[in-house]
Amino acid sequence: MAESLFEEFEIHHLSDPLFSIGGHPVTFTNSALWMFISIIVATMLMVVTMRRQAMVPGRWQMMTESFHNMIANLVRDMAGEHAKPFFPFIFTIFAFIFFSNLLGLIPHSLAVTSHIIVNFGIAIMLFIVITITGFIRQGFHFFGIFVPPGVPKIMLPVIVPIEMISFAVRPFSLSIRLFANMLAGHLVLLVFAGLTASLVAAKWLAGLSVLPLGMNIAITGFEFFVAFIQAYVYTILSALYLRDALEGH
Amino acid sequence: MENTSLKFLGAGIAMVGTLGAGLGLGLIFSAWLNALARNPSAEAKYKTPGFLGFAMTELVLLLCFVIAFMLINAK
Repeated sequence: MAESLFEEFEIHHLSDPLFSIGGHPVTFTNSALWMFISIIVATMLMVVTMRRQAMVPGRWQMMTESFHNMIANLVRDMAGEHAKPFFPFIFTIFAFIFFSNLLGLIPHSLAVTSHIIVNFGIAIMLFIVITITGFIRQGFHFFGIFVPPGVPKIMLPVIVPIEMISFAVRPFSLSIRLFANMLAGHLVLLVFAGLTASLVAAKWLAGLSVLPLGMNIAITGFEFFVAFIQAYVYTILSALYLRDALEGH
Repeated sequence: MENTSLKFLGAGIAMVGTLGAGLGLGLIFSAWLNALARNPSAEAKYKTPGFLGFAMTELVLLLCFVIAFMLINAK
């Protein structure tokens, strides 16, 4: 049972080894394929819908503009006015996560964000960018983020290690949140689908299989919501972490 | 008891932690609705802190879930 549950998330090799890094062969996998697809879909959507920039936007242009405005407002509110140069970076992260979450909902596709290493890769990149930006902008004052303002001196030996740990676990908490949400959502869908299948197989209770099927449809709708919310939360938190680097406490 | 049954028992116990996260999520959204009902015009201001609180609380729930799954799949 446990093996069949995770079949959906397995990574297959789609090509022969292209080259090797340190003796480990690198192949083109279905994970890489779906990453490429989500990047292409996101890029095409932005480029095609914005090709004719009408003064009064149509439906598609309106959609792209509302995405843009939502993330632009978020970056301005959460990361401050100085964060404007980072808007393309944050928007790229949002678009990639949002579209890979959405494309993962297509049957027989692979949700790349349900692999923790993909999310962790993005999160550690963000972490490195934020740390370097912090040192460039603030120099050694960047260490001030470990000392919250208004804390009595006697508490500092306790507070500073806690702040250091909470700074260091940020990439882990970011990646685990997204990974576990996507994994849990897909597993719930799978469990209800399995219930439907086993009720259909049982002759007496075949009529009852409508109930888990209806539940599955409702959960699929909820998963679209979750796909958006998790991409949004990831973006909010990255913007919030960026604020520390740009402005300090 | 065998190791296998202990594993599933442990996974079940790990999921008890979701009780607290569920309570916390309920509290966050009840406070959010309360604030919204009192001052509907400030909805835009409440949105982001609400989602932030939701994300922070949900992490606890997901950690329980991940640990339960790690226990089930442990060799």
